[in-house]
Order: sequence, then C-alpha cells, then structure tokens
Amino acid sequence: MDIKSTSLRTLREMLDSKEISVSELCGECYKNIGAAENEIGAFITLTKDIAEENAASAQKRIDEGKAAFLTGIPLAVKDNICTDGIKTTCASKMLADFVPPYDATVVEKLKGQDYVLLGKANMDEFAMGGSTQTSAFKVTKNPVDTSRVPGGSSGGSAAAVAAGFAPAALGSDTGGSIRQPAAFCGVTGLKPTYGRVSRYGLVAFGSSLDQIGPIANSALDCGEILNVIAGADPRDATCANKTEANFNRLAGRSVQGIRIAIPEEYYGEAVDGEVKTAVMNAAKELESQGAVLVNCKMPSLKYGIPAYYLIACAEAASNLSRYDGIKYGLRGEGKNYKEMILDSRNKGFGNEVKRRILLGNYALSSGYFDAYYRKACALRQRIIGEYEDMFGSADVVLTPTTPTAAFKLGSTETDPVKMYTADIMTVPVNIAGLPAVSVPCGRTAEGLPIGMSIVGRKFDEYTIIQIADAYQRTCKEGL
Amino acid sequence: MLYPTIGLEMHAELLTQSKVFCTCSAAFGGEPNTRCCPVCSGMPGTLPVLNRRAVEYIVKAGYVLNCDISRFTKWDRKNYFYPDLPKAYQISQMPRPVCLGGYVDIVSEGEEKRIRINRIHLEEDAGKLIHDDASGETLADYNRCGIPLIEIVTEPDFHSAADVTAFVEKMRLLLQYAGICDGRMEQGSLRCDVNISLAEKGAKELGTRAEIKNINSVRAIGRAIEYEIYRQTELIENGERVIQETRRFSDSTGETSAMRSKEDAQDYRYFPDPDIPPVIFTEEELEEIRLSIPEMPEKRKERYVNEYGISPADADTLINNRPVCLFFEEAAKAYDNPRNVANFILVELMRRINTGEADMENLPFTAADLARLVELGDTDKINKSCCKDVLRTMLETGKKPDVICEEENLWIKEDLGAAEAVIDKILADNPKVVEQYRNGEQKVFGFLMGQANKQLKGAATPKAVKELLEKKLKG
Repeated sequence: MDIKSTSLRTLREMLDSKEISVSELCGECYKNIGAAENEIGAFITLTKDIAEENAASAQKRIDEGKAAFLTGIPLAVKDNICTDGIKTTCASKMLADFVPPYDATVVEKLKGQDYVLLGKANMDEFAMGGSTQTSAFKVTKNPVDTSRVPGGSSGGSAAAVAAGFAPAALGSDTGGSIRQPAAFCGVTGLKPTYGRVSRYGLVAFGSSLDQIGPIANSALDCGEILNVIAGADPRDATCANKTEANFNRLAGRSVQGIRIAIPEEYYGEAVDGEVKTAVMNAAKELESQGAVLVNCKMPSLKYGIPAYYLIACAEAASNLSRYDGIKYGLRGEGKNYKEMILDSRNKGFGNEVKRRILLGNYALSSGYFDAYYRKACALRQRIIGEYEDMFGSADVVLTPTTPTAAFKLGSTETDPVKMYTADIMTVPVNIAGLPAVSVPCGRTAEGLPIGMSIVGRKFDEYTIIQIADAYQRTCKEGL
Repeated sequence: MLYPTIGLEMHAELLTQSKVFCTCSAAFGGEPNTRCCPVCSGMPGTLPVLNRRAVEYIVKAGYVLNCDISRFTKWDRKNYFYPDLPKAYQISQMPRPVCLGGYVDIVSEGEEKRIRINRIHLEEDAGKLIHDDASGETLADYNRCGIPLIEIVTEPDFHSAADVTAFVEKMRLLLQYAGICDGRMEQGSLRCDVNISLAEKGAKELGTRAEIKNINSVRAIGRAIEYEIYRQTELIENGERVIQETRRFSDSTGETSAMRSKEDAQDYRYFPDPDIPPVIFTEEELEEIRLSIPEMPEKRKERYVNEYGISPADADTLINNRPVCLFFEEAAKAYDNPRNVANFILVELMRRINTGEADMENLPFTAADLARLVELGDTDKINKSCCKDVLRTMLETGKKPDVICEEENLWIKEDLGAAEAVIDKILADNPKVVEQYRNGEQKVFGFLMGQANKQLKGAATPKAVKELLEKKLKG
C-alpha cells in the first residue's frame, strides 16, 4: 500500500474492517523507513519495540470494537515533545540522554486512543532553525530532493510524512517550524491557534509563541489529528478553555463568498517569482470556486522578523537557563558551580542555540530592555492590530509559506541573518497567535514543492481547513 | 547626631496545602526531594499553573495590612543561576504586584507609630542546599521549591531596633491570625531582611545602606540592628565610608559580616512570564476574600475586654500567644464563663507551660476538658483548691476531670456531721489561733479555713465550712 496517498480516514476504515492489521500497517511504515531512513535521516530515535507493544494493544482494542480515530495509527513525534520513558533530546547534546518521566499532554491524549509511536523525529536543536541542520545528531534530507534541506525546525516530522515513513506526525511551530518544512517537503502542516493545544511537555523555546500541531498528507488528516490533541489542560494555564468540535466540520462546503485577503507585502520582490505565481494561481483556483479575493496591505510585516527574534530569543534565553548540568542532561566539569555550569552549557549547546541565548539576554538586560524587548512587544501589538483590520474585511489571509522553495543543504549555515529573514512569511502568525495551514500548491521548474499558507481568525481552524480541503480536492499534489 | 533609618523586606511562606505552581505538598520539611515533581524541579517542558488559593492568601494579607489590591496583577521571571533554583528563574512580581501601599500601626517603647507598607507580591520559594563537610559535596533539596511566599516591603519608617522588633512581632501575629503564615522564624517560614543606613538627623538624603539578610528570630533582628548601628556609627565617626553591600548576621558572635558588595549585583533581566496569564479580580471575588478573613487581634481584644470582662493586660497575654488564645476560645465555648476560664488558663495552665510540664502543641486533653475542670471548681462540685492538682493529673494521664475526681474521691458531699467533727478537732488542736481570732485578729480565719478545707477534702462545700467555722468560733 502507499502510505502517502492513503488518508487517515481510509486507514481507519481498513483497520476497522480488518482489511489490514495494525502490525501490517506498522510493517509498511517500517518497511519504508528501512528502505530510505539511512538516506533521509528523519528520526533521532526509532521505537520499534514500543511500536509493537502499541500495535498489540491497539489491535486488541480494534478487535473489541472500541477503536477511537487514531487507534492503531502510526505517528512520528518531534523530539521536543516529552514521551515517558523514551529519550527526548531536542536534538541537543545537552539532552542527549534525557528520558522524561512524564508524557506531554498531547502524547497522553494519543496514548488514550492507543496510537502507535514509530519514533522521535529529528529537528533543529531546541527548535531553533529552519533547516534541521542545527540538530546535534544528524542531517535530515528532503525526500523530494536529497541535496536539499527538509526545512525546520520540524524537518524530521515533515520528511517522515513526505517519505511515507508515517501517515502523519506531530511537530511544533514557534515561528513557522511546522508550516515551512511542510512547504519544503510538499506536505500539509497546521499550526493551531495559540492556546488550542496544550504545551505541557513540549520543551519550551518561545513560550508565548510555541504551539504543537500536525503534519500530514492533507488538511483533513491534520484536522483529524487536531481533533485528538486539542483541548483545555489544567497543566497549561495558557491553554484555552475550549470544548472541541470536529475541526473538519466545514470541510466539503463550498467556499462561495469566503473572503480571502491578499496582502501585497507578501508578494513583493523578496519572494521568488515561481512561488508568487504558484500561490496566485491557487488563489485564482479558489476564486473560481466562488471565493472573493481582497487586496489589502500589511505595512508592519517588515517588523515581523525583528519583533519575533527579540521576543522568541528573550523567552528562550530564560527557558534554556535551566540546563545547568545540575539536575539532568549533560554535566560539564569544573572546580566549582560556576565553572561546572559554564562548561555544561558550553559543551551542551550548539552555536545557533548559544547565539539566540546571547541575543535574548541582551534584549532583556537592564539598559536595553526598553529599546529591544519592550519595543518588540509594542510591535507585536501593532501586528495583532493589523491582522484584526484584515479580518474586518476578509475571513482568511493567503500568503506564500516561504519566499523560496527548499534550499541546498549547507547553504545558509554560515549566514544567520539570511536564515532569519527567510521566516518573514510565517512569524507574524505566531506573533498574533493565529491558526494557519500550509498546503502544497505547485512545484518549481526544478520540481521542488511550493507551499501556501491560509491564516485564520483566532480559534477558527474550521475555515482554514475548509479552504485548504476545497483546494486539495481539486488540485491534488498542487497542480 | 547620627540617626538610623531602617526598612524591611519580609518573606512569609503561605499556609496553602499545595505549592504555588504545582500540586506538591507545601508542608515544612520531609525527606529530601520527596515533595517535588517535574514542575517544581524545573524539568523540560513542564509548566507552572498558579494556585488560586495562594492568590487569595496574598489578597487577605493585603486587606489585613490596609493595602490597595490591584485589580490587574501579573507575574514576572527573575532570572539568575543558582543550584537551589531549578528553573534558573524565580517566578515573582515586578511592576504589577497584588498589593500596593498599606500600613501597620505599632507601639514601640510606649509610643504609637505608623509603619507604611510599600508593596506585597506573590512569588515562589527556592530549594535548600546542604553542604556536606565530610565529602565536600553540596546537595540540593527541592522540597521547598515552589512553596508560595509573599514578600512584604516596608517604607524606611523605622528608626530603632525596638521599632523593628515591635513591627515584626505585630506582623507575625497579624499573619498568624489571618491564617496566612505560621510565623515560625526558626523554621524559616517567616524571614526578614533589614536595610539600614545612618545619617545626621534631619539630613535631606539617607546614608549608604547595608542589607542584612535572613535573620531567623526577633531577638536576632534586634541584635543585628544594634550591632549594625554601632558598626556604621564607628565607620562614619572615624571618617570611613559605609559600603553598599549585603551582610549576614551571626547569632554566635552577635556581629554582621559582608556577604557580597553591590558591585556584584546581578542583572535579573525581569520580563513578564509568558506561562502565567495575568489575574484580573472582580469586586465580588475580592469582597468574598475580604469577608473570609478571621477576627484580627484588635477586634479580639475589644471583645475580650468589653464582653468577657477580661483585663486588657490579660487579653493581650492571651492574644499574643495564638495557640493559647485559640485554646481559650474553644474552652470558653464549652463553659460560659470566659473570664474564669481565661484566669485559669493564664495562671494555672501557663504556669505548667512555662515550666515545661505542658506543651501547648501537644496537650493530652481538650479545651472542653479544661473548661469542665474550671466549671467543677466554680460550682463547688469540687474544692477549688483541688483544681490545680486535677490539672496536673490531667496533664500526666490525659484523663477527664470527672474521672479524676471520681478516682481520687474529690467530690464535695456535704457531710455536715463529719465536717463538724473535723472542725472541732482543728479548733482543739489550735487553741492559740482561736484565742487570737477571738481577740479580734480576723486574718487568722483564713488559716483555719485552709486547714479545714484541706482535711475535709470535699466533705462539704467551702461555703458550709465557712458557716460552720464562724458559728463554732463565735460559740
């Protein structure tokens, strides 16, 4: 069977009708992994033994007729999402041997349905990066073109789906880390509204921006995963007290009359011509289905990058201070506490992580706080205000997910500013805490996937899934 | 003339069941690292969730200390590295504390003074480091991590050690009666940092201040301040400079010594904690909390004096010892003569406590038992002079007063025939005393009464004994 072209709903039906057993389905996944993982490098840890145990209990549940939607469905989980008893490394030497004694809330929810854990996916170290090249352990290659990056930071998750290793995966998105790798690998990635999914057990990067979400082969599959992982959590005070409905409930309805904002700043010179054309073609396709395109402006887009990097790095600097070698993780050497902690952090963190810790601490330092952190917070309010304006005259915003298609491995490693500016399309969505889905919408002449992002109002994942699905029904694989 | 100016930062651990950002027990002590979880030990991915009960407690503190309660309040991260701080930041409050302003009135050396409160905020406690001299290792115990703390910052309104000790005593009492903090300085549940500087009286600017950290008794606070005033006076008078620094006080030497200077001061890089949404109070919530505050010492004293007829001095003695006071309230509920109950507690029970025969925390009988004993004496069921013996037996055995009276045959039986015989014998044995009485020395009557009561041991009520005795002496 072809994992990549089979929807989760179909897998569910096949499992329930005993057309396929859970272990056969897992076998398919591991067969694909066995064939290509050495080349792709999507996983930090493969959990085959655990998958077999999971499969057995899932099969039992199916046989008893008590299956839930994800019972027996194999998934990859990004390695910054805590899994009880299973290494959770954040792709960092600092946590190379860290085994959490607790599950993230999302993992608890998946376990509650008896899902199958295939393995822990590679990522940029502590989710800092957009190419998965800052992983301390391995390089992940883009399954579409193995000379190119899969994007990041959820590069392992996106590559696993694109390579047919898993029908879906969990990623996390602080500034585009679900949508950008989904776009680069030609799969669908959904960043939920901030507060839609519990962050408990997600190793924090930028706490006011982080959100866990699905990467899968379609918007509908993303909605199905979101149905399971979303919801209030007494262990996360920032998680909204919302009762879940079916996130796919609008799917299949016509997009007639839905207003789609096209902010001109997103289609400027910085964006590759092929990308622009592909996204505009997709917009026209939606228009032909009855949607209304609304031209608009988002003048503060240019502040997105500085505001994002100041806030994210400030929060990260504080969040990552706990890695001191005292309690868990890598312990360095030294004659006293200060020397030991310096050595631990020096050996444990890679350069990108160190760079962001420095940036963040600088922004928070006395004397600089007002000029950097406080100003970034003011810009954040401005960006939120501009989205509110756009949502006054439109229901969603449509933009390219990235300015270019996947770049070559190694090409931006030495130029952090170039790498940061590549996030221009995705970070404003995190700054405003909005939901967005990245959908493949074509390919470049070289055959590289192009992604478009549909951004919705807060807690309106329904409409973005509806539109993404409407597009995917007519334009499978993006033209 | 150099004049000291002193301000305080007090830390009080709240008496909540659980910690401020997780569900671990907030009780004192415990085997090391048995009262912590992934959240309070700062494991990756875990998140703090604010304990609303702790918020209620700080609001109570705010009302008790006459503060304004902020309708909008939020938490910040105070970032610094130390092995007892597992997240490497303390969740605290910087620009928007729960309570602002406020005051406490004290009496210091006979003079009434008002001490202004600057602010009170809610934060988390850190763990404890245990240095093992034998191995040279330092071990961390995270049981205390995340215990809710309120930090009370005063204005620099103190000018003597007496001012400060009066304030700390009063503060301890207020927090105890409000049920906010148990006030055990020796266990560190109430801690005090003292900022102190000296300047010429009337000078426009304050002198350079030193901060004395974590002094663990009221007495030590007084001593530390006295020493620091002496030290700074010497420096200034010798033309030397007071350095702005943090100092520690040694109980054994009675001196303060430098810990770290201000130049080593850390940049805490405060910023709003993104994990904890701000708290916005409604008027209804605040009113509900305000109404839940128990009766405070001043109101109590009014009631004791006006309603119970207890002397103001006795009322103070009761109130200043909260366990005794609560015991008294319980006892007064069981026997409706609060004045006599108070007297018995203050005289007889306190005597045993002061000698160490009794431990207020661990009395083997209930307040109702003690009330019953007072009632037995008051109603002539037993001889009043037996009450203290019965109390001793109660302390030793934990038996009920009625059981003791029964076993020791203390009940007054009104056997007038037996009484008469005993009295006749006493008069016969003490002809000189009888002679004195009849010559007008009334005061010897007491001696004869005492003898009679002692020997009768409850054969008749004291009233009957008195009448009999008077009759015999006249006859």
